[in-house]
Amino acid sequence: MALGVGCSAPPGRALENKTGAWRVFKPVFDPETCNRCGTCAQVCPEGCIHETEEGTFEPDLDYCKGCGICEEVCPKESIRMEKEEK
Amino acid sequence: MMEIMEGSRAVAEIVKRCRPQVISAYPITPQTHIVEALAQMVADCELDAEYITVESEFSALSACLGASAAGSRVYSATTSQGLALMFEVCFNVAGMRQPIVMTIANRSLGAPLSIWNDQQDSISLRDSGWLQFYAEDNQEIADLHMIAYRVCEDHDVLLPAFVCFDGFILSHTYEPVDLPSQEEVDAYLPAFTPYHRLDAEAPLSMGMYATPEYYMEFRYEVDRAMHRAKETFIRAGREFGEQFGRDYSAFVEGYRLDDADVALVAMGSICGTAKDAIDEMRDAGKKVGLLKIRTFRPFPGPEIAEALKSVSTVAVLDKNISLGSGGAVGTEVKAALYGSGAAVYDYIIALGGRDVRKRDIAAVVDLAEKGKGDLFYGLRTEVL
Repeated sequence: MALGVGCSAPPGRALENKTGAWRVFKPVFDPETCNRCGTCAQVCPEGCIHETEEGTFEPDLDYCKGCGICEEVCPKESIRMEKEEK
Repeated sequence: MMEIMEGSRAVAEIVKRCRPQVISAYPITPQTHIVEALAQMVADCELDAEYITVESEFSALSACLGASAAGSRVYSATTSQGLALMFEVCFNVAGMRQPIVMTIANRSLGAPLSIWNDQQDSISLRDSGWLQFYAEDNQEIADLHMIAYRVCEDHDVLLPAFVCFDGFILSHTYEPVDLPSQEEVDAYLPAFTPYHRLDAEAPLSMGMYATPEYYMEFRYEVDRAMHRAKETFIRAGREFGEQFGRDYSAFVEGYRLDDADVALVAMGSICGTAKDAIDEMRDAGKKVGLLKIRTFRPFPGPEIAEALKSVSTVAVLDKNISLGSGGAVGTEVKAALYGSGAAVYDYIIALGGRDVRKRDIAAVVDLAEKGKGDLFYGLRTEVL
């Protein structure tokens, strides 16, 4: 990404900031135990948890900052935060 | 046409001729006469500009930043506490590369409260990314505004500028000033062409957030623009000289320096006093000269080193103090002369409006010749 003069950017340019690099713990989703309630996607402050074709959920790790709220709210305990080695 | 006028009036008259489209400022002593005059000009339809009245300097410069981002030529003026209140916005203006020109009627900073002159206010913002020009007299302050707009708005630069003159000493003093006509200013300073601007048809965000992967590169770009401003200033100053007969292509100006053993270094109106003092010292057989610094940002380190290469003793007059270190100008002159072998002494002088007379300049030269420096000159030890 080339810098814009004066810290300027056209609409949508923030997508190029892959904030997933900030993450220490990453959420690991278990589709086997997921009851497809979608609470994780609703509470994700980054809006980066999406429904899959099977109706379960998965995070977009490009933007997931690893806050762990999804793990906290999952009624089936099917999301686990794992230390990510980089 | 040559007229006798107050320094603040000269600034207002030349700013009017620079045709700013938006002005926002908050009145503060000793800048007040400038913005009073401009407000009157706008009210009287002599100047076709939007004059935005605000409740503080923070809002004034914020309004200027928005107007500049929208593509307008913008002007403001402030001093001292007002500039301090603009601190945050100053960094944003430079980072967003908006070429705002702002007059600083230099004044000390509280506490203790003082309305009188020194250069602590603008010097304290030396790291903010604004160009800084210092005027010796009211002709120079008028001229530097035209040059500032030319340099700042150049697409190689795109940075804001403080155009500084000493509060009261120049702002409230009547001097002859040769003010160019509107047509002459128009010939020198074309209409502002923004590099880009806020436009609903082509949306753009300015002042974006940058992650650690990008922040340092943005700062590097501002620093590079600051260095490029040197070339632009030389060109704009030379063209000014060709049109108006007063050449400003030099960042520094020597006065009787050629065979000098001792060189004073100073910025602003104190240079006038120093020149008179030097004439008297020269008459008495002392080889003393002056190097006047006109541009403090970008700092002309190599030019200073070149100008002072055959001088053995340098005495820097600093109307500011970086508390716990020394005078800001002296610190940078010492860095510029590192390894040259010259003895460089710094003198904190004239803080809070204390008068500097010719005999004070002579006394500083005496101290430098005796190797006594890096001190507050004229300290009244009896009140300590």
